[in-house]
Formats: sequence, structure tokens, C-alpha cells
Amino acid sequence: MLEKTENLISDQIKVIIQDKKERSAEKPVEIPALKIAVEKLNFFYAKLQALKNVSVNIQTHQVTAFIGPSGCGKSTFLRSLNRMNDLIPDARAEGKVLLDGIDIYQKNIDITQIRRKVGMVFQKSNPFPKTVYENVAYGLKIAGGKGKASIDEFVEKSLKQAALWEEVKDKLHDSALKLSGGQQQRVCIARALAVEPEVLLMDEPASALDPISTAKIEELILDLKQKYTIVIVTHNMQQAARISDFTGFFYLGELVEFDTTSKIFTNPSHKKTEDYVTGRFG
Amino acid sequence: MNQKFSAAFFGGLTGLAMLLILAILAVIIGNIVLNGHQVLSWEFFTSAPKEGMTEGGILPAIFGTVALVILMVIAVIPIGVMTAIYLHEYARPTSVFTKSIRFAISNLAGIPSIVFGLFGLGFFIYFIGTGVDRFFGLEVVFGQPCLLWAATTLALLNLPVVVVTAEEALRAVPKEIREGSLALGATKWQTIKKMILPQALPGILTGAILSISRGAGEVAPIMFTGAAYFLPYLPTKPTDQFMELGYHIYVMSTQSPDVEATKPYLYGTVLVLLILTLLLNFVAIVIRYRIRTQLKRVM
Amino acid sequence: MDQVKTDLPEKPAGIISLQKRFRFSEFLIEKFILLNSAVAILGVVIIFIFIFKEALPILTNPETQKEASLQHFITQKVWQPVSDIPKYGFAPIIVGTLKVVLIAILFAVPISIGAAIYTTEFAPRRIREFLKPVVEILAGIPSVVLGFFALMVMATFLQEIFHYSMRLNAFNAGLAVSFALIPTIYSISEDALNAVPRSLKEASLALGASRWQTAVRVVLSVAFPGVIAGVMLGVARAIGETMIVLMASGNAALLSVNIFESVRTMSATIAAELAEVVFGSPHYNTLFFIGSILFLSTFVFNLLAHLSVTRLQKKIAGE
Repeated sequence: MLEKTENLISDQIKVIIQDKKERSAEKPVEIPALKIAVEKLNFFYAKLQALKNVSVNIQTHQVTAFIGPSGCGKSTFLRSLNRMNDLIPDARAEGKVLLDGIDIYQKNIDITQIRRKVGMVFQKSNPFPKTVYENVAYGLKIAGGKGKASIDEFVEKSLKQAALWEEVKDKLHDSALKLSGGQQQRVCIARALAVEPEVLLMDEPASALDPISTAKIEELILDLKQKYTIVIVTHNMQQAARISDFTGFFYLGELVEFDTTSKIFTNPSHKKTEDYVTGRFG
Repeated sequence: MNQKFSAAFFGGLTGLAMLLILAILAVIIGNIVLNGHQVLSWEFFTSAPKEGMTEGGILPAIFGTVALVILMVIAVIPIGVMTAIYLHEYARPTSVFTKSIRFAISNLAGIPSIVFGLFGLGFFIYFIGTGVDRFFGLEVVFGQPCLLWAATTLALLNLPVVVVTAEEALRAVPKEIREGSLALGATKWQTIKKMILPQALPGILTGAILSISRGAGEVAPIMFTGAAYFLPYLPTKPTDQFMELGYHIYVMSTQSPDVEATKPYLYGTVLVLLILTLLLNFVAIVIRYRIRTQLKRVM
Repeated sequence: MDQVKTDLPEKPAGIISLQKRFRFSEFLIEKFILLNSAVAILGVVIIFIFIFKEALPILTNPETQKEASLQHFITQKVWQPVSDIPKYGFAPIIVGTLKVVLIAILFAVPISIGAAIYTTEFAPRRIREFLKPVVEILAGIPSVVLGFFALMVMATFLQEIFHYSMRLNAFNAGLAVSFALIPTIYSISEDALNAVPRSLKEASLALGASRWQTAVRVVLSVAFPGVIAGVMLGVARAIGETMIVLMASGNAALLSVNIFESVRTMSATIAAELAEVVFGSPHYNTLFFIGSILFLSTFVFNLLAHLSVTRLQKKIAGE
């Protein structure tokens, strides 16, 4: 009985991958450039080691997904990319994370600049208890020095990028908390885009949403990758297969395997990866 | 022993204790309301006392209490809120400095109010006040009981209340908001100023109101630091003495030549003070209750 | 896969701007906040130093000691600092304080704990929500108002019941002080009783114990340190209470065991005599000495309360 289910899942994914291949075979593929290079990253929460010797390259204008069972360290990894882990007391990182060649963990780095370049969308959408407009404009006001007309423009542009403008253009000055779950998440995306980042980190971006909103967000991600570099963490393998170009499999703090999405899901090199991807555990 | 009986018996016994407390409350408030309400009138609130405190109003006492409390709030709220911000947003929990602040706050909370009065007189008035006077070559200006020193003494006394409620308010702000702001590249202070403080404002307000309520009710700290029984004028500057509701009640009850004649006036004053403090406490409790339910919803 | 060469995407501008900027305003603001937080520490330290400094002559200055010294405090039986031959016997005011505190505690503790048990174990849910805030109202009544009530109403009432000669006495004041203690002891006890995990109560009831047996043998015994903490705080409060005693105890420094006689407590002594005292005189130093004793005793009881609470937390965590 178990074998049947495994085959069912990996069959599903194989269909998705095949579908993608056929669609993308028509377009020429560019040589991707390196946006983020992670070198031998070890991460500790006090004495507990959450990440072990992780090394991986994130390509520009691609969607890179990280999958793995709960507690495997993928969220910790994501948060290491914009140093949000700094907020946790007794958290410590060893190794390097190079953003465009510059190690973000080096001593004299300006964290606020890093976080502007590397934006983040959280798992549980967290719009500020303010109006939609104020939410999106917040990052601009933080960076300082923009006139009102300019902010208006940016807010509209960001909301359009997040595919939300049409739905909220008449509600800009209503509280963001009154929107639906999917809309709130897109407000958070617009908010992150408003500061013009280069990388967008998304932690389980649609886990709390219904299938329709999820589909909208996935469509959005595919759209956004033309302008931004996207890294997502997800427990939904079908989602990873659908939208990502590269996939990494985390297990117990180690990056077990990293390769193009089609390879990971159709012909993984490691047994662990295969076991996870075919649903034998996780 | 029959289970049902013992449950009923002890339930009844403890219930009686509860009833006793409620009865005490009812009797005290009832007595004051009954005996004091006839005196309350527009005149009572707006005119000065006459005929040896048997007629007239309590305007100077109300004015003095308000002036005192305003000065105290100016002193205690900024310092208290900043201390709470430091403890919650900046401090490392294990550092000696942080632990000392917390220890100091809980100690301040335990010091009897008369000791504050002692301190106010000995330190603020005799030491600092006369020191300032001597430095500027003044006659007795700062080295005497006045609004300024009474307010600073009360500020010190109420510092713990403000710090504790402000910290509670800061803790109630969901951490997602803080994270969201920082992830956008905001600095710590930008996050505090633009997101956290506005959210924490109701809680901070609670602390302010509670401190006002205590400030209006405490007499021992102001007895020697500025309150006076009868002044022919209203205080116009911080170095003036002032009349005050609580102090007024104390002196009138214990040193009035004709207690019977003063009784209605006295009861009226007590009623005013009671209404004032109870109202303030009530408002603070309501705000606090709203915050707690908000916190539960977020969690 | 077919591959087509493309230009590398342009390098983002301002890489150098990733260097840490020293934000002057952030720095200033953080230091300013830090400085203000130090006020609390400064306050306690200065109070501590100052109160003891002004009391010090009693122990160190021979001039002062001619009139007021530890020996005087301990051996003289009368407290009469304002007279031709000043007498500084502490006995009356210490006994006076003890009488008031004892009466207040004896009355407040059983009532508060009983009411707390009722609230947590017996009261129906709807009433429970409403009981705690109502008791909080009692806490909001200023002590000068309680003192007023004791002076005007209670004293006469009690005198008519007990027919004693001194209308204002330790019993009257002690009772009124207990009103001030009840909210504190009740509140803390109720919190402690509530903190006991339901699983314990349910285990006891499942074994066939009655609600009362459960309340006493299980809940109260586990919450005991918390309840004790409440009592300690109550004691500290009673020792320091000034206005109620000033108004309701008669303020006569009589030395006796009779609770129906007027008394003088330490706090009332300071309040009554500080206004007239000459700066720097032995009397002045003595009042600060009394203040030091008050400061120390409330400090000790607050410490005991704090220790009790940590014990309670450990107990519950260990369960």
C-alpha cells in the first residue's frame, strides 16, 4: 500500500517537471550569474548546531527552493541570508554568506543595508496594524528623504508588482488587517518590494492560504523572478516542483543535495533525497 | 465527614470571608457617599474655603493636587518609559546593569511612603535645594517645601508603577511587527519609534493613570515637601507651596477646632478624593483589560 | 540544454555602501535611554545613602550620643523627645508598631486567604470574573481615606461595642490597616492558587477527595510559598503604613500590652515630629534612624517575599 502512494506522489511531480520542461524548451536559457554564495555555513543556537557546513550557490533571477522535513534547518538557513537570526539571543553563525561577493557576516557591515537588499516575506503574513498605503510606504519612509508624490508612485508600483493594485486601489487608506489572508500576504510582498531589494526570501509563502490564493502567489513568484532573485522555503514539494529552478534538500541541518529542480525530483543522487521526495518520510 | 457537608461548610466559610471583604468595601464607600454628597455643588468645586473650613469650597486643594500631579507626570513618565524601553528592547538580560535596574525598581516599590517623605525633606530640600540657593546666591527659593520637590519625591515613589506597566505594554506588542520592520531595513530605534511605541501607547497610558491615582492619594511623601493646610493664594510657580486634597483631609480631621461643624465639608472633600482615585483606577483597569484581551487574540 | 550567452547583469551600485555607517543619532538616542534607566538605580542608592547618612551621627557623633544614642533607645522606657529632658526610648514605638502590625495581619490574613480560596475553588465562573476587580477597588482607596473612616466612624462604633476608654487605639488602627492589606494578600494568594496546574486538582478529585480537601491538601500546600509571599508583602506594607495610623491610633507613645490603648508607631512618629524638628539636631538624626529601621525591615520582608515567589515558581516548574 505504501509503495503505491509513494509512486503516486513522485508520479505527480514527474508530470509537473515534464510539463515545465516542455514549456521552457522553447525559450533559450541564459547562463545565470551568482547572486549569493554560501560557504561552509555553520549555525548554532547556543550549544545546539542547527546548520552543518552548508555551502550553496544562489543564482540571479532564478527561483531556488529549499525543502526538507520540519526542524531540518531550512528556515534557519533562510534567516541567515538576511541576518534575521541576529534577533535571537545566543545565536551564532560561522562561515561566509557572500552577497555579490561581500560577506554579510563580516565585522563592518551595515545590517540595515543588507536587509534592504535582501527582503523577506514571512510565513505568517504580518502586515502592520496600519493602512495598506502606510504598510507599503513604511520601508520608503525608513530609508528617508522621498517626497510624497514619489512615495505615492512607489506604493502604486509595488502594489502592481505584487498583483494587488487592482484589488486595493480604492482601499489604500483602509486598515491592512481587514484584507483577506491572501491579500495580506501580497501586501507584505508589496511592502518588501517597495524598498527595491535584489533578493526576496520567502518562508513558506503560501502555507496559510487557500488553493486559489496559493496559485496567485505562485504565479506572482514566477513573474517576480524576472526582476529579482528569489529563495523560498517550502514543505510543499509540488509547489517546489512547480515554481523553482533549483532545489536544495535539507536534512538534520545538512544540505544533503542541491541541483536543478528536475534532477532532484526525477533522478536524485542521494537515497535520502529520493526517500523524501517520494514521500517515504517527512 | 460527609463530603457534601464539608464542601458546603468550607465553601460557606470562605464565601463568608469574601462577603466580609465586599461588606467592608460597601460600608466605607457607602458611608462616605451618604455623608458627603450633599455638600457637593458647583460652589464647592470652584471656591476657596471659608469660616475655618466649615464653608466654601475646595478649589485651592483641587488646584494644588492637579498642579502637583502634572509636575509629577512630567518627571516620571519619560524616565519610566525610557527605562522600560531599555529593559525590553536594548538590555542584555544577564548583564549586571540590567539586573541592578530591576533590583532597584523592586526595591523602590517596597519603600514606605514616609521614608520617601523623609528623603524628600532631607535630600531634595535641605541638600539639593539649599545647595542650589547657595550656588546662585539666592535667599530661600529652592531650599524650602514646594511643588517642585513634592512632585519629584512622588515621581520617585511612582517610578516602579510606570516602569512595570510600560514594560508590560511593550511585551504585548507582537514580535512579528518588530521582525517585519527590521526585515525591511529599519534600525532598532526607527522600529521602536514608528511601530512599537505607538502600539504600546495604551499600556503606557495605563501606567500614567495609575501613577496619577497614587500621586493624588499619597499624603506622607508630601507632608514635609510642600503641602500646606491653608494658603491665601494659589501656587503660581514650582517653588510655591500648595494645598492638596489628601493633606487637607488629614489636617482637617485631626486638627480642626470644631470637628462637628467641619463634618459636612470634610466628608465632601473625602468624597471628591475618593471619586477621583477610583475613577482613575477604573479607567486604568479598563484599558489594561482591553490590552490583555488583545494580547490573547494575537497569541 | 541549449545555452545562449548573455551579458552579465550589471553590478548593483554602491557596494561600498555596505560598510557599517556610524549612525550618530541612533547612538545618541541609545545612550540617552540608557542614562535615564540609570535613574532608578541612582534613586535607590541615593535614598539608601542619604537616610543612613543622616542617621549616622547616632552611632558616630559623641555630641549627638549625649542625648540620643543606641543605649538610650534600648534602655529608656519613655518616648518624649520634645521636653526639657528629652527621652528617646524606642520601646513604646516599637511595641506600638508591633501591636498594630499584628492586629492587622491577624485580621487580614485569614480573611484574604479564605476569600482567595473561595474565589479559586468554590466560586461559580461568572462570579469569579467579577470578584477580583472588585477587591481591586479596595486597593484603590487612598490610605488617608481609610484613616479618615477609621477615625470618624470605626472608632466610635468599636468603642460602643467594646466599651474601652481610649477611642483611638491600636485595635482601631490595626483593623483599618488590615483593610489596606487585604487586596494585596488576596491578589497574590489568588494568583498563586490559580497557578497550581489543573492536573493536580483533577488527580486529587479523581482519587475521591472532596473539593475542600483538595483545596487545602493539594492546592494550598503547593501554592503555599506564593501565599506566604503575599503575607510577607502585607507585613512590609503594615510596617510602613503611616496615614491610617496617624489618624486612627491616638498617637500616644504608651508602652503596654493592651491593644485597646493608644499607640505610636515608628512611621507615625516620623510623620508627627519631622515638621517641628531642628535640622541636624539629635532628634532629627533619631527620626532618620527610625527611617533606616523602617527601610531595612521593609527591605527584609520584600526580600523574603521575593524568595518565596522563586520557590513557588521552582515548585510548579518541577511538578
